[in-house]
Amino acid sequence: MSRYRMHLLVCGGTGCKASQSDKIIENLNELVIKNGLDKEVQVVATGCFGFCEKGPIVKVLPDNVFYIEVKPEDAEELVNEHVIKGRVVERLLYIEPTLKEKIEQHKEMPFYKKQIRIALRNCGFINPEDINEYISVDGYQALGKVLTEMTPQQVIELMKKSGLRGRGGGGFPTGLKWEFARKYESDIKYIICNADEGDPGAFMDRSVLEGDPHSVLEAMAIAGYAIGASKGYVYIRAEYPLAIERLELAIKQARETGLLGNNIFGTEFSFDVDVKYGAGAFVCGEETSLINSIEGNRGEPNNKPPFPAEKGLWAKPTSVNNVETFANIPPIILKGAEWFSSIGTENSKGTKVFALAGKINNVGLVEVPMGTTLREIIFDIGGGIKDGKEFKAVQTGGPSGGCIPKQYLDTPIDYDNLSKIGSMMGSGGMIVLDESDCMVNVAKFYLEFTVDESCGKCTPCRVGNKRLYEILTKIVEGKGTEQDLKDLRELGEIIKDTALCGLGQTSPNPILSTLNYFWDEYEAHVKDKKCPSGVCTALLKYIIIPEKCVGCTLCARVCPVNCISGQVKKVHEIDQNICIKCGACQKACKFNAIERK
Amino acid sequence: MDNVKITINGIEISVPADYTILDAAKEVNVKIPTLCHMNLHDLRAVNRTASCRVCVVEVEGRRNLAPACATFVSEGMKIKTNTPRAVKARRTNVELLLSDHPTDCLVCEKNQKCDLQRLAAELGVRGELKYKGEMSTYKKDVSSHSIYRNLDKCIMCRRCETMCNNVQTCGILSAVDRGFETVVSPAFGLPMSETMCTFCGQCVAVCPTAALTEINNVAAVWDAINDNDKFVIVQTAPAVRVALGEEFGMGPGSIVTGKMVTALRQLGFDRVFDTDFAADLTIIEEASEFIHRLKHGGRLPILTSCCPAWVKFFEHQFQDLLDIPSTCKSPHEMFGAVAKTYYAKKFNIDPAKMVVVSVMPCLAKKYEAAREELKSDSLKNVDYVISTRELGSMIKEAGFCFECLEDSEFDNPLGESTGAGVIFGTTGGVIEAALRTAYEWLTGETLKSVDFEALRGFEGIREATIKIGDMDVKIGVAHGLGNARKLLEDIRAGKANYHAIEIMACPGGCVGGGGQPYHHGNDEIIKKRAEAIYREDQGMPKRKSHENENVIKLYQEFLGEFYGDRAHELLHTHYTAREKI
Repeated sequence: MSRYRMHLLVCGGTGCKASQSDKIIENLNELVIKNGLDKEVQVVATGCFGFCEKGPIVKVLPDNVFYIEVKPEDAEELVNEHVIKGRVVERLLYIEPTLKEKIEQHKEMPFYKKQIRIALRNCGFINPEDINEYISVDGYQALGKVLTEMTPQQVIELMKKSGLRGRGGGGFPTGLKWEFARKYESDIKYIICNADEGDPGAFMDRSVLEGDPHSVLEAMAIAGYAIGASKGYVYIRAEYPLAIERLELAIKQARETGLLGNNIFGTEFSFDVDVKYGAGAFVCGEETSLINSIEGNRGEPNNKPPFPAEKGLWAKPTSVNNVETFANIPPIILKGAEWFSSIGTENSKGTKVFALAGKINNVGLVEVPMGTTLREIIFDIGGGIKDGKEFKAVQTGGPSGGCIPKQYLDTPIDYDNLSKIGSMMGSGGMIVLDESDCMVNVAKFYLEFTVDESCGKCTPCRVGNKRLYEILTKIVEGKGTEQDLKDLRELGEIIKDTALCGLGQTSPNPILSTLNYFWDEYEAHVKDKKCPSGVCTALLKYIIIPEKCVGCTLCARVCPVNCISGQVKKVHEIDQNICIKCGACQKACKFNAIERK
Repeated sequence: MDNVKITINGIEISVPADYTILDAAKEVNVKIPTLCHMNLHDLRAVNRTASCRVCVVEVEGRRNLAPACATFVSEGMKIKTNTPRAVKARRTNVELLLSDHPTDCLVCEKNQKCDLQRLAAELGVRGELKYKGEMSTYKKDVSSHSIYRNLDKCIMCRRCETMCNNVQTCGILSAVDRGFETVVSPAFGLPMSETMCTFCGQCVAVCPTAALTEINNVAAVWDAINDNDKFVIVQTAPAVRVALGEEFGMGPGSIVTGKMVTALRQLGFDRVFDTDFAADLTIIEEASEFIHRLKHGGRLPILTSCCPAWVKFFEHQFQDLLDIPSTCKSPHEMFGAVAKTYYAKKFNIDPAKMVVVSVMPCLAKKYEAAREELKSDSLKNVDYVISTRELGSMIKEAGFCFECLEDSEFDNPLGESTGAGVIFGTTGGVIEAALRTAYEWLTGETLKSVDFEALRGFEGIREATIKIGDMDVKIGVAHGLGNARKLLEDIRAGKANYHAIEIMACPGGCVGGGGQPYHHGNDEIIKKRAEAIYREDQGMPKRKSHENENVIKLYQEFLGEFYGDRAHELLHTHYTAREKI
């Protein structure tokens, strides 16, 4: 990279690509060539920067200037002003909402200030389609160190010492997992990279694979060496075309470079990786389902034990680790267990990537040390709640997680604390809810997802979750009873206690956590037949305020079911029995005479 | 296997480390209710999907409840099976199953034979169901002649799938769709008649509810009996007489031949004959065919062809080997052909007015009876097939006290049989019967010990070399279609050099057939039936098919030569290559 005096890093992640970052790159390249600068300025398509809310992102090195919401037509100004004249294009800088200040350097931005990027270290920095760029940032050095200086047992010890736990949801210590898989004698063993990222709104695994695929391949080879496996599979959902493309390119380049294949680094160790596509079943993120799917069977879980470490893929010892887990491994090998375990909390070491979404200003991907509080993530990094509304809860852990209310905002996030307050780490989805969200409806939303995604194998998940969903539907339709509330809790607990796999065992969490923290909302729906947030249509009414109605008849004319009556210049009235609560009248009324309550 | 010490409900016990909690609990007489679980040990059919979550128990130190059927014991494990937490969870899961299950128990095909019904009663589920909601509704599949599918009653135990895929390797039934819509079905929702299903009925045999039952022919049989214009003949397969008693609470392995004959006569059948007669006839033809192939360099091995499920299996799966099975029709079809020709002529009965009913331990026989080529003079050889269970229900309906019935004898001439005909009912029996005859024919000597012990037993694939004169005859026996497939693949690959092979589709042979009284997962029942078959054989005065006088008379009076032209026309068939999908 040092041959160039300047680099223009343009985000090539899925989000920015969708906003024409390809075209930005094309325009920048054209202009660089046109101005005869192609020997000194390089345009690089990188992985995701994480600040998706403000994409497409263009970052200029070595000046460290961070441009946001760049459009293809901005390329000309960027080249003419910044590249040629060295003047920062002010209008494309990020404006800090609270201070109303323009910020040039991304390190100064609150969004990045509290982040420590280990798993995402190369995302937004290197060109993921060029193995040399990965090598130039110490890529494959960890593998070289492991193969030439360490025994497999030492690698496992190092991992155990580092305290790294699985980032896919369960939080099982990685070193321990490898140790188990190593323990079982077998002619062949397997490493599987679980890239079946399925939590709604979570996209950290995709970003890692799109932005830094080699770090995953390198870590898989390290894992293979540690447990004694020579074959790896990346199980990735087919809905991730860009990640698949970059991953396959990375495998090809690694093979050509001799970093995958036989006798890597001239040692006895051989390791190769193949890609297997998933068809998008959420349950295939569960390791035994994933293995069934790779084997060509129906994607559904098996009872554990035996765990994959003993009988995994094709009944051979197998270690299944998540993408983000893998991405952490090369730095741990190079910088040591002490360095890694110095970050984080007592039982949760290192960092965690979260996908911020929902009613939050800075939607995007953030990587923070374990122990960062929810408040820091939501308000400092995430920039607070959209439209100045009140924070109500944050849903973590995907559909299996729970909703965490305001009183726990200062909880330092780690595996144990989240599960203590009725949620879980999951893969790191974080969906922020504000005062306008109805918690009963939120619980119903998540349950609808698990009902859809249940594999149907065990009774509690197949039938139990369906019944929970039906009870919730009754409640939001104003037909709920107090017995329903008892049933929700009781059935939810039994499903947790008896379901076969992690999906079923955690599926009632959104209900149980909202029952615990938002009981008054449930009661309001059941006893008062009211939805305090005004979300559940069946419990809403549109009412014409007589004092404000001028009798213009507009509402009656737009009503699709003709439920509004009234003569010209006389106060109108809505027949509640016919009203379908579409809200067309309220939108049409020019006098704010229609109230929704 | 090492032993481990565990505690169940405070009782200390040492059990092998490969035991499940359920196995261990049985040792100390602690009953844990199960539903999806099935372990037919000797038949190597294990359903350990752990999907119903009824057998959950508390294990100290474990976060959630453990399914006893699929959780293996470990040193120091402390298990509690009857805590309020476990009992409540168990009951709730049954209540959830019931919330998506029709409650038409009174008129259900499986009334009083349903595992779910029994479990609901045992767990004290009474009165109104706790959970209500959407119910699954599916189109009922009556497309085949054998298997009735009512998926509204499927509880996703997956036992049928285990039998169909793991044991029989047919792969017809598997879970499709997701979530609440998940159900067991053929691929693409095809009706059974359009699949490669062999109609062995093992899925029916293990279904805990009425999701899979037989296509019931009882009403048609009653109609025939009550039609004065019809001459209704009934024949009973060997395996029926050792199982029918179970329908009336008699112990497994009770031999009820005489009572069965009396009951059939009292039900109003005009003649009560024995399929064993036709089994002897089959041996004459099959042994002749075997010797013919042996002497004239025909293709070997010869494969038995009395099992219709096996026949359909090789028609789909081994189209290149269609010339190796014997061309003999199955015994009950031979019987039908003889009844509507020889017997009709001899007793001056219009064959068009004759109705032949077969009582079979089998559901594939229902399908077989409808095969186009199994007709003589455009009349079906066999008109109706009912299962052992269906006969049981007819006897109950008629109000007989079955246990009190006097014994009586089959009618003649088509009621005579030998012990060789009887052993057709269990795995290894057909080939043993054939050897008894072939031996004497080939050597011209009298066979002293007719018991070929090496061919008996429950091992999935058995082989033995039998010395006949100076020739070593290599025999193979397979039961269960998965085992059959292994043998056939070896033959196809030229790795096996048998002279003759017996194959039965059902594990255990016909005693374990899909039409037999439900064994509810207890394979001891099947073994006891097999033992009864051999007892019945031992008690017979004649034990070689060629000693059946009425069979010999049939040739003398009507068929002519053994394996001759007339015999070919009436007693042999051909096979059709069928689509492999």
